[in-house]
Amino acid sequence: MSQKNPDKPISRRDFINTGVRIVGSVCLGGLGAAAIVKGGKREMVWQIDPHVCVQCGNCATTCVLNQSAVKCVHAHEICGYCKLCGGYFPPDAESLNTGAENQLCPTGAINRTFVEDPYFEYSIDEALCIGCGKCVKGCSAFGNGSLFLQIRHDICVNCNECAISRSCPSGAITRQPSEQPYLIKGQERPA
Amino acid sequence: MRVGLHRIVSLILGIPLAMNQLMAQDRFPRPDFESEYSKPPINTPPPQSTFYEYLDVLILFLALSLASYLVLKKRSRNQIFLLSLFSLAYFGFWREGCICPIGSIQNTTLALFDAGYFIPLSAIAFFILPLIFALFFGRTFCAAVCPMGAAQELVLIKPHKVHPKVAAVLGLLPYAFLGAGVLFAATGAGFIICRLDPFVAFFRFGGEFKMILFGLLFLLVGLFYGRPYCRFLCPYGVLLGWASKFSKWHHSITPDQCTQCKLCEESCPFDAIDKPEPILSADEQKQAGSRLGKLIISTLVLAIVGGGIGYLVSMPMSKMHPTILLAERVMAEKNGLVEGTTLASRTFHESGKLTSDLLTEAQDLRAKFRTGTVLLFIFMGLVIGLKGIGVFFKRTNLDYESNRTDCFSCGRCFPYCPDEHERQKVLDQQKDLYESIG
Repeated sequence: MSQKNPDKPISRRDFINTGVRIVGSVCLGGLGAAAIVKGGKREMVWQIDPHVCVQCGNCATTCVLNQSAVKCVHAHEICGYCKLCGGYFPPDAESLNTGAENQLCPTGAINRTFVEDPYFEYSIDEALCIGCGKCVKGCSAFGNGSLFLQIRHDICVNCNECAISRSCPSGAITRQPSEQPYLIKGQERPA
Repeated sequence: MRVGLHRIVSLILGIPLAMNQLMAQDRFPRPDFESEYSKPPINTPPPQSTFYEYLDVLILFLALSLASYLVLKKRSRNQIFLLSLFSLAYFGFWREGCICPIGSIQNTTLALFDAGYFIPLSAIAFFILPLIFALFFGRTFCAAVCPMGAAQELVLIKPHKVHPKVAAVLGLLPYAFLGAGVLFAATGAGFIICRLDPFVAFFRFGGEFKMILFGLLFLLVGLFYGRPYCRFLCPYGVLLGWASKFSKWHHSITPDQCTQCKLCEESCPFDAIDKPEPILSADEQKQAGSRLGKLIISTLVLAIVGGGIGYLVSMPMSKMHPTILLAERVMAEKNGLVEGTTLASRTFHESGKLTSDLLTEAQDLRAKFRTGTVLLFIFMGLVIGLKGIGVFFKRTNLDYESNRTDCFSCGRCFPYCPDEHERQKVLDQQKDLYESIG
């Protein structure tokens, strides 16, 4: 096909093929350019907007990973260090200690440590957290809302279509620029 | 229980819950510690480095180049197979099947229709590179670079033929899937090509039960019928087929002149070998001419009918969009057509957004869906019509040739050609062997 024979004119099929090939290449190039121009150059990752999140619990079960990439994050900056923490204790807790029967978290992923009277520090053990959002609901309802859910990017595989974003009833999960992959409570307002 | 009380209080005070949650941040004062205690920092592990994405593009380019070389120059089925195993390991199990060129159709579409979506350069490269290669070398991407194709190559142990009529009907599915994938991505209804990815659950060693079941189905069918996903569902295969049809070079069964020995006739498990067609006589050509006229007219009729059907089904189709679904649920609840609430409708009411805004948004989306669905069904009408023309008007090839649209360039047919044995000096080696034995 590549042999050039000056006596033989180019065949119709070759002519059409070459034409389509050139047009096709130009179209693909144009399409790519249009996508770049209309889109942008920033990489995007999935993240939960904690102010839109309603803590429905879908995050724990609908992520494609066996262990959800969503975990509870604690912004200590805005935490009240309450002795009676709405995120740690269920409303009908028998007593305010670390007994398993008194914990709201189904996996015991929140550590409660005494700081000084009357303050307690609450920290998340990410290895245990399943992202169910029970503590977030409690903290948002009774406390400062310092507990919130975030997609952890050391676990997240950044699916083309995030399965939890599809099941999110409030549309809280959107693509965010990868330079700011977290939406941290208390950091969105200028200090 | 206290949550309930809290809600009641906020309702009495007339404060929407969302507002309440915003205010919640300052419910308790932040403590001043007297001890040495310092607040622990927030651990924010960074996303996977984009370095990997550029490495993926580089490896994609190298793999495509190597695949094209192996198919066109080296002509080695074994080496093509080895490369496909590498692709399965790297793009499949190591990079966990995301992003792939099949899914990148949707990223590209969304980037064109949604100004707010930023498409990564790697996604564009994944979409364009295999197509450019197909324009010059045929579907070498399918042969050895696609991890999904490689997975199906691996399980194909006892190939059977698919009945041509069944294959023709099933062969329409990829076009419908491509059209639907573009429509859903363009309207923002979601990435259905990713949702129906049969193998991603295997690549990740986990996933939804129905996804695993869907993948198992393809693997089971794939034991006996070659590459069922590639042939009867893959939307990217449609685009590759179009590009490959006009490719500059293409995989050929024989390295030399075809002697029409028919040895390769049954070698292709994907029915991608075209047999020689007799050249039509003058009478037959005349008949064919009038038939072509009828076929073109029926193609146009099919397109128009398709448009009509598209108009009729656009409303049910649009229910696939979450916003439209929510708007209809909210209205149904308001008008007392349904009892109770769903999680989505409760969330909507709690958010304090206006129902009228939701309805306007849904109305805009419905209009987009109507246009898109009509176009999709016109496209399907044209595809069916043109496929019909293709059945009657085959390309007049004189020899056994691989079908440029359907051939995956897998190279299974190479060893069936006696000229290939000649080229690789297999016969000479065998002769030497016989002589050495005596």
